[in-house]
Amino acid sequence: LTLLDIANDSIKQALSAGATDAECTIAEGEEFSVQVRLGEVETIKQASSRGMGLRILAGRHTGSSYTSDLTPEGVRQLVAQAIELAAFTTEDPFAELPEAGEFGSLSLDLQLYSRDVQELEAAVKIEIARAAEAAALQFDPRITNSDGGSFDSHLGRRVFANSRGFAGEYRSSYCSVSASPVAKLGEQMERDYWYHSARRFADLEKPDYIGRRAAERTLRRLGAVKVETQKVPVIFEPRVARSMMGHIFEAIEGRSVYRQSTFLAGKLGEKVAGDGINVIDDGTIPGLFGSQPFDDEGIPTRRTTVIENGVLKSYLLNTYSARKLGLKSTGNASRGITGNAGVGHGNFYLEAGTRTPEELIASIPNGFYVTELIGSGVNIATGDYSRGAAGLWIRNGELTFAVSEVTIAGTLQQMLMTMEVANDLEFRGSVAAPTLYLPEMTVGGR
Amino acid sequence: MSFSDSFFAAKFALRSQDLEAYLAEALSQGGDYADIYFEYLATSSMSMDESIVKSATQGVSLGVGVRVIAGERTGYAYSDDLSPEKIRHAAKVAACIASGPAKVDKSALHEGARRNLYPVLTAPNELGFAERLDLVKRAEKAARGYDSRIFQVQATYADSLRHVLVANSDGVLNYDRQPMARLNVSALAREGNGSPQSGYSGGGGRVELDFFLNEKTPEYFAREAGRQAIVQLSAVEAPAGESVVVLGPGWPGVLLHEAVGHGLEADFNRKGTSAFSGRIGQKVASSLCTVIDDGTIGGRRGSLNVDDEGNVSQRNVLIENGILRGYLQDQLSSRITKTAPTGSGRRESYEHIPMPRMTNTFMLAGESDPEEIIRSVDRGLYCANFGGGQVDITSGNFVFSASESYLIEGGKLTRPVRNATLIGNGPEALKYVSMVGNDLKLDEGIGVCGKAGQSVPVGVGIPTVKIDRMTVGGTA
Repeated sequence: LTLLDIANDSIKQALSAGATDAECTIAEGEEFSVQVRLGEVETIKQASSRGMGLRILAGRHTGSSYTSDLTPEGVRQLVAQAIELAAFTTEDPFAELPEAGEFGSLSLDLQLYSRDVQELEAAVKIEIARAAEAAALQFDPRITNSDGGSFDSHLGRRVFANSRGFAGEYRSSYCSVSASPVAKLGEQMERDYWYHSARRFADLEKPDYIGRRAAERTLRRLGAVKVETQKVPVIFEPRVARSMMGHIFEAIEGRSVYRQSTFLAGKLGEKVAGDGINVIDDGTIPGLFGSQPFDDEGIPTRRTTVIENGVLKSYLLNTYSARKLGLKSTGNASRGITGNAGVGHGNFYLEAGTRTPEELIASIPNGFYVTELIGSGVNIATGDYSRGAAGLWIRNGELTFAVSEVTIAGTLQQMLMTMEVANDLEFRGSVAAPTLYLPEMTVGGR
Repeated sequence: MSFSDSFFAAKFALRSQDLEAYLAEALSQGGDYADIYFEYLATSSMSMDESIVKSATQGVSLGVGVRVIAGERTGYAYSDDLSPEKIRHAAKVAACIASGPAKVDKSALHEGARRNLYPVLTAPNELGFAERLDLVKRAEKAARGYDSRIFQVQATYADSLRHVLVANSDGVLNYDRQPMARLNVSALAREGNGSPQSGYSGGGGRVELDFFLNEKTPEYFAREAGRQAIVQLSAVEAPAGESVVVLGPGWPGVLLHEAVGHGLEADFNRKGTSAFSGRIGQKVASSLCTVIDDGTIGGRRGSLNVDDEGNVSQRNVLIENGILRGYLQDQLSSRITKTAPTGSGRRESYEHIPMPRMTNTFMLAGESDPEEIIRSVDRGLYCANFGGGQVDITSGNFVFSASESYLIEGGKLTRPVRNATLIGNGPEALKYVSMVGNDLKLDEGIGVCGKAGQSVPVGVGIPTVKIDRMTVGGTA
């Protein structure tokens, strides 16, 4: 029995048990991970697992269930559990599967799966983790310790089918390498990391490079001090700038929009960001982590311009949130294996600008170059922004001493309206942003 | 109850000699130690949003994890299929972390000490849905009725029943039945065209459904969520920079979790990567501070009869009168450092390798009257409620975000302020504690702690505490 057979069987059983519609997701994965610390293997983990989820509609009542047991008995129980729950949910006029004409799968090869990851031998994976850590440890005598080097790989298969005749599946592969060294100066200890991940092993950055970058990042944090409280221009390096994309996504995803729990609800067609700011979601770019041939409701993924030249052009929507807002799905349905679909993004990015990061830094007489943000102090309903930060102080256009144990605060509204984007856009995951320049934020320190 | 009547023995015809055989397979390549962990987890959840029951989900996951330790190396494999062939295969894969002839003598399994900190006869998920759904409906209605400015309410109830079984090559065999239930309410309020403000409340624990009918009712959580959202409508900008900070009792104990708790987990300390490494016996807090991690409090969200490595949980003193006393151990760290186990080895599921984790972390009560603490502050910030926090273990810097706080002006709470992040450094922050209240309170039972990609339920608690210096991340 293939996974698709099992999925279709559960749908058939659900329909004969009284469901009017059903959708089934099955995910199967094989994982390998190795951590090396101070040159010795610390952990090796390997396993494969499967999970299956069912969502049924009985009229406009929904019920959901999941199981890790894909045997006939497990599937029977899965169906019974979903059917049972539909009796308890309320009739919801917006709960319905997509229209027949909306289903489909991209025909282009998205290159989500690469055989070279599957063929990689354990000994090679261990060697990569070891090499990444070794490069970090050898980089500088102030690197005195390590949280290790690691290599991870994952092979997956995802199946989705529903009672409207859609059935699709795709495989995916993933591999990643990272290093996390610790540097010491007197009593002060600092840690940072660097990593890379790719769908093809051939595209994975070399472990020595990862280790050296990790070491450089760690070393530049040494000697960090707390600065005085002040309002200054702030720069987010790309790794930090990506977190802004997470906030923008939360503010424009369908559920928070129809619940009016975002500061961008009701702002379609309005200017919400500065001139030259373009935010794109694209689930169709071959080889990238945010790509998939169809979304988690069976609708083909696409490219959506979310913000164009500062104007909010589109939200990101699944079928339910689209119906609530009187709009069409943008092919952004996302779910684990079960439950009502939520909204997810594809490759969600901020288009590059023209100036280099160096030019932006050079324009600042006194400011803060942020290399790390911690904490969750962002309120999407109000736009209030306040997070813990570490980085380097900018004096007369140059990066100088390290700074830590400070906060940066402002509002997302103002950050979007005033930010400038550098030209260094690079995809290292499904969310990407270039270096960002924010003309004024409050740095909280001494 | 003995092993033969236990959940896994009864449901999967698992015998003690089967476990011994799997452990022998796991040690066949020369490992020093092995353990095997079975988990069966049934969950259900239901949620009301926009005044209708929009979603309800239930399901089961089941699996087994096998771990082998060789020196400081760990091999781990798991399977979601409990057939003997698949378990043996997982044992073989994990075994390969070692290479050599088997060297551990096979030891017969003995059932470990048993007790019951959460004697829940009927777990909530063993009842029908209607009773549980009623909690959600009551919470939703009460939150909407709290104030006409509340325009969105979401109420969610979720519960689970987890059966675990652990056997290891030291001969320990233990098992546990772990119920959990939680009710959450979130509310959004708006005044005119102003921006929406949110309020959140929730709680639960390893309790029966009665807890929500008699002790903490849906209306209790609903009023609290509504109250917070309404308070925020009049919030002013938070201050920026160093300030006197007073933490209210209860959930603000998340400060301890971030500032010291994670830094005292033995894995980081054994490796020398924690800001607290090598500091046992040193002064890391004001002498008013005694911090405990206690997995044995009845019915609490963070409590465990046995940890996920089969060790009995206990009450561990982390900081005593300001002096660092001990770390939280898992099996691996206590083996390597030859330290007694602390019952702190936890894992998210059978797919995960155990790590040292917190259970319920709190500060003992002091002697000050909470009102006197506030009166002693001329200018400062009073934090009544927090969102989450985070810590950088190595530098010791930690943050937490204050979701409900007030300015203190002339010894009185005046205006509420907008959400702000507070930041400090672990080994330093508690040195500035100058007053500790007599009002220790544990949180309502909502904590989820994340570490290296694994989430586990935890509790926190703290009395009213005055900290003379901490950086507040506002804009004013």
